[in-house]
Amino acid sequence: MSKKENIIPESEETIEKEYSILNLGPTHPATHGIFQNILKMDGEIIHEAEPTVGYIHRAFEKLAERRPYNQITPITDRLNYCSSPINNMGWHMTVEKLIGCTVPKRVDYMRVIIMELARIADHLVCNSVIGVDTGAMTGFLYIFQWREKIYDIYEGICGARLTTNIGRIGGFEREWSKTTWDQIHNFLKEYPKALKEFSNLLERNKIFMDRTVNCGPISAKMALEYSFTGPNLRAAGVDYDVRVATPYSSYQDFDFIIPIGTAGDTYDRFMVRQEEMWQSLKIIEQAIKNMPKDQPFHADLPEFYLPPKEEVYNNMEALIYHFKIVMGETEVPKGEVYHCVEGGNGELGFYLVSDGGRTPYRLHFRRPCFIYYQAYSEMVKGIMLSDAIITMSSMNVIAGELDA
Amino acid sequence: MNEDLFKKLNEKISAKFPDVIESSDLAYDFPSFTIKKDNIHEVLEFLKNDEELNFHFLTDLTGFQTADEKQLGVIYHLHNMPKNYRVRIRTYFDINKPEIPTATDIWPGANWMERETFDFYGVRFKGHPKLKRILNVDEMDIFPMRKEYPLEDQSRDDKDDKMFGR
Repeated sequence: MSKKENIIPESEETIEKEYSILNLGPTHPATHGIFQNILKMDGEIIHEAEPTVGYIHRAFEKLAERRPYNQITPITDRLNYCSSPINNMGWHMTVEKLIGCTVPKRVDYMRVIIMELARIADHLVCNSVIGVDTGAMTGFLYIFQWREKIYDIYEGICGARLTTNIGRIGGFEREWSKTTWDQIHNFLKEYPKALKEFSNLLERNKIFMDRTVNCGPISAKMALEYSFTGPNLRAAGVDYDVRVATPYSSYQDFDFIIPIGTAGDTYDRFMVRQEEMWQSLKIIEQAIKNMPKDQPFHADLPEFYLPPKEEVYNNMEALIYHFKIVMGETEVPKGEVYHCVEGGNGELGFYLVSDGGRTPYRLHFRRPCFIYYQAYSEMVKGIMLSDAIITMSSMNVIAGELDA
Repeated sequence: MNEDLFKKLNEKISAKFPDVIESSDLAYDFPSFTIKKDNIHEVLEFLKNDEELNFHFLTDLTGFQTADEKQLGVIYHLHNMPKNYRVRIRTYFDINKPEIPTATDIWPGANWMERETFDFYGVRFKGHPKLKRILNVDEMDIFPMRKEYPLEDQSRDDKDDKMFGR
């Protein structure tokens, strides 16, 4: 435009400036979950954001105080429901730490396979949804069938797809079937092609990069101050990963790299998750290759592990244990443990205090989403509304984990 | 594994602030310290700013109620990422006067965690920028995680609801 015509003469003194208030949420298709942001808008620029959370608060910590340990696993499913197996395994490992039980190497490796599949499913949802929010529906449509394949694998192992309740304290409920192994092998063979295709669609796409580079950045210093963990912290350039810092479930046996970003913007978060999927595939391959043979699929832990039905009918000890497990009468030692795993969104911690009873005295979930979402209002200050939407989806805020 | 860290922390804290440690243990290889309520803020500040310890990262902050229901507590989990040090700091205070200084000036990330602790246990963090309920509704007038509010007892017989077999 060469010249600007002023039809109405503007004057700073006469026109009063006023912000408009916009309710983003609680139910809005672009927020991917139930949380509200009350935005104070200056045109399309966000001046101030006031997040309101708690719409699906289900009092898990209170519920857990009345439940036996094996019945808390289904609660953990519903934290980050995009990667519930990681939560389940984290909980099993916390209880194992409390009762001082070591599981066979084979269980560790099986857990690693499941956790990495869950990480792929989690990152896949997040990344394809960033695509949707920037206007690229195609990637989402094509890549999403691979989440279904992962769910088929879960289904073969535990019978459930979304809220898995997978595994038991001490190991797995049963040996994986041949079909499951075939599905895993098939996934490892076919998924890289699909992921490559997805990368080609978005990674160097001009439109996508214009939308995401420098959108919602966070510096490493601020990310650490706000207790960020997981891919969001790594995108800001801090190479902290629980799998490497405090290895659990034999992660020290595997060779993988931690991808980090530099700017901490939406594009970096996308790229970190993208690379983590490749690393997860690498870990699964190693786990399958080095899987110890001739080891049981669970630890010898009869207090927590349901005996086979034939034994229940023919063996008194098995009957007693069966009864105690079903009625939730297993007592655990006194203790106070903190155990953390690298969840889909970061350090998922379980702070468990036991007073020697059948239920936890106090259980607190350190939910990465809840902790890093508080920085959201700082991050969106002064950016456009449409950028705020993709910033939120690239942070992968999961309402279940946010509200517990 | 963490015995050296435990010893070092014990020495450093007691050298800087004599008699603030009420108890300390290394259960499950995790150094834990119970600090007197009046000194909690300066101890946390020291742990963050000390060059060697440098607990720059607040992993977790949560509330706690002791079994006698007379005291509330706040549990901090701190982390030094480069050296991979972790420490748990506890502090207990009277349930009728649940007031401790905020940690938001040390770690801004403590903001929502303190709001959550206030929401569930009613701990008042002095100096917090915006201490109000976060997960529960604003109109709630109890602190639901306290032990005086048990979940409904399944064995109760004062409810006669034939339909649901109670």
